[in-house]
Amino acid sequence: MIYLNSFLFCGFVCLIGQIILDNTKLTPGHITSMFVVTGAFLDIFGIYDQIILWAGGGAMVPITSFGHSLIHGALDTVNQYGMMGLFMGMFDLTSAGIVAAIIFSFLFALVFKPRD
Amino acid sequence: MDKNKYKVLVDKYTPKENRLYNGLIAFTVGGLMGMLGQFLVSFYSYYLEIPSKEASVFMIVTLVFLGCFLTCLGFFDKLVSLARCGLIIPITGFAHSMMSAALEYKREGLVTGIGANIFKLAGTVIMFGVVSAYLFGLLRIVVMGG
Repeated sequence: MIYLNSFLFCGFVCLIGQIILDNTKLTPGHITSMFVVTGAFLDIFGIYDQIILWAGGGAMVPITSFGHSLIHGALDTVNQYGMMGLFMGMFDLTSAGIVAAIIFSFLFALVFKPRD
Repeated sequence: MDKNKYKVLVDKYTPKENRLYNGLIAFTVGGLMGMLGQFLVSFYSYYLEIPSKEASVFMIVTLVFLGCFLTCLGFFDKLVSLARCGLIIPITGFAHSMMSAALEYKREGLVTGIGANIFKLAGTVIMFGVVSAYLFGLLRIVVMGG
């Protein structure tokens, strides 16, 4: 059942992105930025946590979960350190994705040649 | 020729994209990516016997690896131009944008090429994410007290 939910949710997010891409002049960069902001927005009142409970991994794959985990990590440290926690914990949960992307891109860029 | 007439002519001969088809493809591919993510989370938490929170980190690293590796092999670009948002919106799009920037600027050297340009496309995601998360976090502290 959770597989169906993740299919539906992730597909739905991608469908919205595709509709925006087809009907406006926005580039994929605009769309991913909008989705990150949306993900952060949905986490203000904990809506995105409910979505993750409902859709499981399907809610963690789209770029919206990036915004969600940015604000989530920040709020976790706010509980410990007060206002400065907003600066300290921002990348706590997303660091895996960013670090993996940097490491793999750099190593592969050393090995592979660009193809045109 | 009149400018407006020219515009009408151009519009007439621009090939029309089939939006319904594009949307269906994006929905299906995106949904399959979501299912793959859920499958990987279940797989890792079952076989490595770790809590699903850590398994989701493994899942994201796996997807990033796949995105980077397939971009290097050269056929992820074709898949992206076929499935569009179905592969751009998932985390693979983030990996793809960094990897293609790194490959493209490789010939300009390690520091001025790869180092300076690796975040050229992905930087906007990180910047807007951090700024919006900061503002929304402040909002939440003010409204709900943390």
